[in-house]
Amino acid sequence: MVDRRHLLALIPVPFLVLAQAELLASVLSGGTGILLLCLVIGARVLVWWVHREWAHRAAERTRARLREAFLRSPGTKAGEVATLITRGVHDVTPYVIGYLPQQVLAVAVPLAVVIRLAFADLTAALTILVTLPLIPIFGVLVGAHTRARTARQWDALATLGGHFLDVVKGIGTLRAFGRAEAQSTTVRTLAARHLTETMSALRVAFLSAFVLELVATMSVAVVAVPIGLRLLDGGVPLQTALLVLFLAPEAFLPLRAAGAQYHASAQGREVLAKVPAHQETTGQAPPDLAQAEIVLDGVSVRSLKNFSLRIRPGDRIALVGPSGAGKSTILGLLLGFVRPDHGRVLVGGVDLREIDHGQWLAALSWVPQRPTLVPANLSSGEQQRVALANALDRRQAGLFLLDEPTAHLDAETESLVLEATREFTRGRTAVIVAHRPALLGEVDRVVEV
Amino acid sequence: MKLAIFIGTLAELAGVGLTATATWLIMRAAEHPPMQALTVAIVAVRTLALAKGALRYLERLSSHKAVLSEAVELRGRVYDDLAHRRHVPSGTALTRIVTNVDQHLDTRLRATLPWITAALVGAVVTAASGFSLPLLAGLLVNLALLPWLAVRRPRDLTPLRARLTEQTTELLHSKEELIAYGLFDDKLRTATETAKELSRSERTRDLTPLAIAVQFGAALLMLAQHEPAWLVMAAVATFEITVPLAALSRPVPEPTDEPEPAHEPETLELTGRTAIVGPSGSGKTTLLNALARKLEPSRGALADAHVFHTTVRTNVLLAKPGATQEELDRAAGIAELDLDWDRVVGERGEEISGGQRQRLVLARSVLADPEVLLLDEPTEGLDPEQADRVLGKVLDNCQGAALVVTHREEQLALFDHVRHRGPIGHEHVGRVG
Repeated sequence: MVDRRHLLALIPVPFLVLAQAELLASVLSGGTGILLLCLVIGARVLVWWVHREWAHRAAERTRARLREAFLRSPGTKAGEVATLITRGVHDVTPYVIGYLPQQVLAVAVPLAVVIRLAFADLTAALTILVTLPLIPIFGVLVGAHTRARTARQWDALATLGGHFLDVVKGIGTLRAFGRAEAQSTTVRTLAARHLTETMSALRVAFLSAFVLELVATMSVAVVAVPIGLRLLDGGVPLQTALLVLFLAPEAFLPLRAAGAQYHASAQGREVLAKVPAHQETTGQAPPDLAQAEIVLDGVSVRSLKNFSLRIRPGDRIALVGPSGAGKSTILGLLLGFVRPDHGRVLVGGVDLREIDHGQWLAALSWVPQRPTLVPANLSSGEQQRVALANALDRRQAGLFLLDEPTAHLDAETESLVLEATREFTRGRTAVIVAHRPALLGEVDRVVEV
Repeated sequence: MKLAIFIGTLAELAGVGLTATATWLIMRAAEHPPMQALTVAIVAVRTLALAKGALRYLERLSSHKAVLSEAVELRGRVYDDLAHRRHVPSGTALTRIVTNVDQHLDTRLRATLPWITAALVGAVVTAASGFSLPLLAGLLVNLALLPWLAVRRPRDLTPLRARLTEQTTELLHSKEELIAYGLFDDKLRTATETAKELSRSERTRDLTPLAIAVQFGAALLMLAQHEPAWLVMAAVATFEITVPLAALSRPVPEPTDEPEPAHEPETLELTGRTAIVGPSGSGKTTLLNALARKLEPSRGALADAHVFHTTVRTNVLLAKPGATQEELDRAAGIAELDLDWDRVVGERGEEISGGQRQRLVLARSVLADPEVLLLDEPTEGLDPEQADRVLGKVLDNCQGAALVVTHREEQLALFDHVRHRGPIGHEHVGRVG
């Protein structure tokens, strides 16, 4: 799911870090190498440029894959997916651009530094080798302590954060009831609670960053002071002392940055954890609907409990029942958008799950309850008409599904629907969610849900 | 905010000071001075190392607290402004208003604050260097030129963003229809292209490599000028703070201004019960909304019915906060609302069915008992029998005038007047019963 190609551009980084410290120490101690230093710095800038460029591309590829995965995942709530594909997908960017590269550098650079220092000054190398593991150890300890809290907080914060949007979106209703003024205090109270909750979460969350920072700065002091004293005694040459001084922070820097990125990418990782398992739906070709019988066999899902229905080829069935009984769910089951919790949907004896969804849908013609596949500035009646025209365009369809067509139609559109239904269902299997008696005359069988 | 800036500047100065003092210590030690000459530097190195971590922790907390406190005030102010506007903005504009508030706060924390801190540290170090020219020039580039290049807008990305939102929204809300009609893959490809174009435009603003080039370029120049090693290293450390500023972005607030709705010259006699009927698209809802605006706020305009993400009880109580349980139960009885009072309805009522949501809104308007009851297709999503029965009970209960948009001819007998909305110019008011 996550594109990692940009990490390849990081390969030269540890070598360039070593070379830069080496040359800088040489130049400052009165030696040569300033031209070479310019070259190394130039190379470092170039490598960084290439890496950033690749990283942004990798992030975009990752975002595209995530958007697709979330959009394709069946049965997720529209509201949740909307949040995931807008804000959620965006949150993954710091993970790809920041966290992943820092994770690589946090291993490669300290390793290179310690190896180099072992040849220059064993004491300094050992000091770093001992203090370096403290960062991940403290990080894990503090992280483990905060993880559960952060997860809980994230939910609480989402609710509190969502409150403002909810109230603002409902301002028309609040004003209509004369409650707008009263909510003014609530908005401030909840924002203040959001502040308190967030601060208590941050006090703990920032502790790990504090520990990382402290270990890193302290180790510089721990390395610099003894090497300075040994230099004073003439124990080490100046160039080595400078090299140790410059390399010591380089060993801690990427680890510290990785720690910071770990927090910046927390939301991105939460989003990645929600990626649905990929499911390839290349099943078998659907049976010919002119001959195949469709059976709902003891299906339970949402409000439907152990529901069974046998639809013979050419059957024209109307579904009736109170609102919320599950009429639209039955159409969802037939379309394959709703999967039964229990029971099966069989087409010519084959479970609908085994049938290729794309080919199955191509064999259907469907008018949804609230058609949306038309410009939204049309009125609901006009939308219904366009959706109907779309459905009627499918001459090859063997099964016609119509959902509550007359629920909010004017008389003219309604007679159009009636006429079209009569015409189109001739010789076809049809399942209609009907409200009006008029349509009931067009079917062979009425099923109470 | 000032406290956060102060602590942040101290923290960064401690870091720069640590690098400078440690380098000075090594360079001085190489001259083999007496031990006492190094004592102060040794103490300083240890103190600064401790101070930096602690100050950074405090700075993080104080900056977040400052911004979140600002959020309390800003959200309150934005809300109050909305509560007093003459016209309620559209749903899109309202969402944008909320997004703009969030973005403003985010910018304060991630752009404004680091920039001010970096500028202050830069000023202190430049002064300490005796105004070294490469340092000053480099800082000007990294503090002013690069951030300016990064946040300046050579191209307005709002239309591109809007296009992406529109395409994703369509993919999301019409997903099943798109899949059913084999259009999903094409639409997804188009949206991916838009996203790619958008991220390409955003990517050009990441000037981090340039900032790094300036950082070391200035250091090299200082080396060439034989500046002392501690100063060169202090400069490198100072530039380190300025590097992230080259990748700053400044989100442009999304436009929230809307033309005021046209004044409707129509006058309706608001007595008795009036049904508004007419073909799709003849402006029935528009008429209702215009009336709702005119009546606002006290007389009860119920055309825009938002269901809040809270319990059924809170949603209904909105109409009359002091209502007793009996009053609530009576309203629920009239609207045939059969939901548990403590059930949470989900965002925009997504966790209850369309019919239940509709009956909740009806129960609320029954409890409100306004002077003028305005209802837009109040029984949509209910089965016909229940629809007619519930509307009849709601109208019987209504003390004042009622104006209802409906499609069901069977319901017209419940009204005193029927107002037919035809194409413009073909209106008349008929009387039934």
